[in-house]
Amino acid sequence: MSAASAIPTTPGRNRSLPWLMSAPAILLCGVMLLVPLLLTLLLSFNAFDADTGPKAGTFTLEHYRAVLIDPYYYEIFWRTFWISGLVTLICIVVGMPEAYILNRMRKPWRSIILLVVLAPLMISVVVRAFGWSMLLGPEGLINGTLAAFGIGPFKMLYTETAIVIALVHVMLPFMVIPVWTSLQKIDPGVVNAALSLNASPLTALRRIVLPQIMPGVLSGSLIVFGLSASSFAIPGLLGGRRLKMMATLIYDEYLHELNWPLGAAIALLLLLANLVIMLGWNRMIERRYQKALG
Amino acid sequence: MSFLTLTNVSKFYGDTQAVSSFNLSVEKGEFISLLGPSGCGKTTTLQMIAGFESVSGGRIELDGRDITHTKPNTRGLGIVFQTYALFPHMTVEQNVAFGLEMRKMPAAERRDKVAQALELVHLEQHGKRYPREMSGGQRQRVALARALVIQPPVLLLDEPLSNLDAKLREEMQFELRDIQRKVGTTTIMVTHDQSEAMSISDRVVVMEAGHVTQVDRPLSVYEHPANRFISTFVGKANLLEGSVLRLAGDHADIDSGGMTLTLAAVDSGLRAGTQVQLGLRPEKLKCVAPGKGRCDGQVSQRFFLGSQWMYSIVTPLGPLTVLVANDGAAMLEPGQTVGIDWNDHNLRLISATRTAVSAAEEVL
Repeated sequence: MSAASAIPTTPGRNRSLPWLMSAPAILLCGVMLLVPLLLTLLLSFNAFDADTGPKAGTFTLEHYRAVLIDPYYYEIFWRTFWISGLVTLICIVVGMPEAYILNRMRKPWRSIILLVVLAPLMISVVVRAFGWSMLLGPEGLINGTLAAFGIGPFKMLYTETAIVIALVHVMLPFMVIPVWTSLQKIDPGVVNAALSLNASPLTALRRIVLPQIMPGVLSGSLIVFGLSASSFAIPGLLGGRRLKMMATLIYDEYLHELNWPLGAAIALLLLLANLVIMLGWNRMIERRYQKALG
Repeated sequence: MSFLTLTNVSKFYGDTQAVSSFNLSVEKGEFISLLGPSGCGKTTTLQMIAGFESVSGGRIELDGRDITHTKPNTRGLGIVFQTYALFPHMTVEQNVAFGLEMRKMPAAERRDKVAQALELVHLEQHGKRYPREMSGGQRQRVALARALVIQPPVLLLDEPLSNLDAKLREEMQFELRDIQRKVGTTTIMVTHDQSEAMSISDRVVVMEAGHVTQVDRPLSVYEHPANRFISTFVGKANLLEGSVLRLAGDHADIDSGGMTLTLAAVDSGLRAGTQVQLGLRPEKLKCVAPGKGRCDGQVSQRFFLGSQWMYSIVTPLGPLTVLVANDGAAMLEPGQTVGIDWNDHNLRLISATRTAVSAAEEVL
C-alpha cells in the first residue's frame, strides 16, 4: 500500500499537515506583523511625559483626542488623501492606455517596454526621489530648459506637484501590471464580435474591453492608493520639511518630538482611514462587476 | 446574379500564400461549408469575408455592393465565433441586444426582437443569465441568436460546433440547419469535420493548401471526389493503382494487382497504358462466400463501430477496408477467407493525371 492511500486511515496526521505546512508563514506573519501592530496599539494608549517619555502600563485616550481636535492634523490627513487619490486617478488615466498598448505590442517590443515600465521598481526610491529633485529644482533641468526660452523659473520642488509627479512615477507599474493581466484574459474575439455587430472601434473599447478590465483597475487602484497614502521617502524628500504627509508626520512625532504614543495613535488612524477607504472602494466596484466577471 | 461573390480572392502573409484565387458564387439562402484540414485557408477566407483580414487581391461583392475593403463594422454580417466571443459582463439579453443597440433601435422594439431571437434558439428562460453560468451548447445558441437578431444578409459560422461534445454536436447540427431554413439566411460555415459539412450544407467547398479543389453538393463530393485527397478526407476510401488495358465503348478495362477491373462511364481522357488511381468506398464492397465474388481475401483485422463492422481484408488488390452493416448476421473472424464483390458503377476514377486546379475549374 502506498503512502498516499494510507493517509485517509490516519486522520490525525492528515489534519495537522496543512498547519505544519503553513507554519512558517503564520510565524512570520505573527512575529513581523501582528506583534508590532499590537505593541503599537498598546503604545498609542500610553501616557506621555515630555521629560521621561512614554509611561508603560498607563491608559489614556489623550493622543487620539489631540489628533482629532487639532486642525493641523486635519490638514495633513486631507493632504495625504487628496494626493493619494489624485495619484491613483492619474495612474488609472495613464496606466490603462499604457497597459492596452503594451498588450497589443508584438514580441520583442513588449518585453522591452515592459522592462521600461518596471524599471522604476528596480531603483531605490531614495535615488529616484533625488533624481526628481535634480530635475525639478530651481537650478534643475526643467527650469534650466525653460530659462533658455526666457520662462520661469517655477517653484516645483517642495510642492505638492513634485510629490504627485514622483508618486505617479513610482506607482505606475502597480497599475499597469494588474490591468495588463486582466487584458490578457480577454478573448480577442469579443472585440471582433462587437465590430461585426456594427460597433465602432471606440464603442467596442468602451462597452466591451473597459468593463472587463475593471477588476484589474480596482486591484491596481487599491495598491496605488494604499502605497501612496503610506509613502514616506518621496513626500519626505520632495515635499520638504513644511509639506508633511501622514508617514512623514509619524516619523517626526517618533524621532523629533520623541512622542511615541502620539506617533502610534496617528499611525493607527492612518491604518483605519486607509482600510475604510479601500474597503469602501472595493465594495462599490465589486458589487457592479463581480456577478458578471467572477 | 449571385448574392455573395468572391472573385480571385487571395491572401498573402509576406511571401506565403494563405489563400490563392478563391472563386465562389453563393445564392441567396444557400448553406455553404468551407471544408478542409487545418491550415488550408478556410478560416482566413471567412475572416476576409467578415473584414477582419485584409484582402491581398481579388473582389468580394455582397448583393451587388463591393465590400472588399470596407470596415467590418459596416458590413453588417452576422458572425458566430469559434470561441463564441460572448460579452462576459453582459447578460444573455444584453448580449443579443447589443447589435440592435448599435443600430439605434428603440428599446421597446429591441425587447421584442431579443425575445424572438431567444425563442428561436430555445433560450427564452435564460435571458437574465450571464454567459459563464451557461453550458457550452447554450453559449453556442446565444452566439447564434446574437448573430441572427440583426437580420444579417449573410451568416458566417467559424467552426461553430467544434467546442461541443460529440452528442451535442450532432443535435446542434440539425438544429443549426433547422434554424437556417426557418430564417432563410445565406450561411457560410467553416469546418474541418467532413460529416458536419456533409450533413448540413447545400454545397461543400473543399480547400487544400489555400486552393479550392472541389465545389459541389455533399453527395457529389462524396461519390465523385475530384482527387485523391478529397476521396480520403471526405469519408473513407480504398485507393487502387492500375493501368488502362483497353477502352471499349462506355467502359475501360483496367489492370490492377493482376485483376482486370471494369470502370464504367469514363471520360475520354483515358488511353491504353494510362496510369490511373481508382477509388472504392468501403460500404460499397460486399462480402460473399469464397469464390463467389470478384476475388478472395483474408480477414486481417476487425473493428466494431456499433452500427457497422469494419474489416481489413488482404486481397490481390492490396488491403481493402470493408464496412458491413451490423444486421445481426454472423460476423467474420480474423483469418477467415471471404469473397469480395462490388458493382462496377461504384468503382470511381480518381486519376492521378488530373491536377487539382483543372478539377476545380471543371466543377465551377
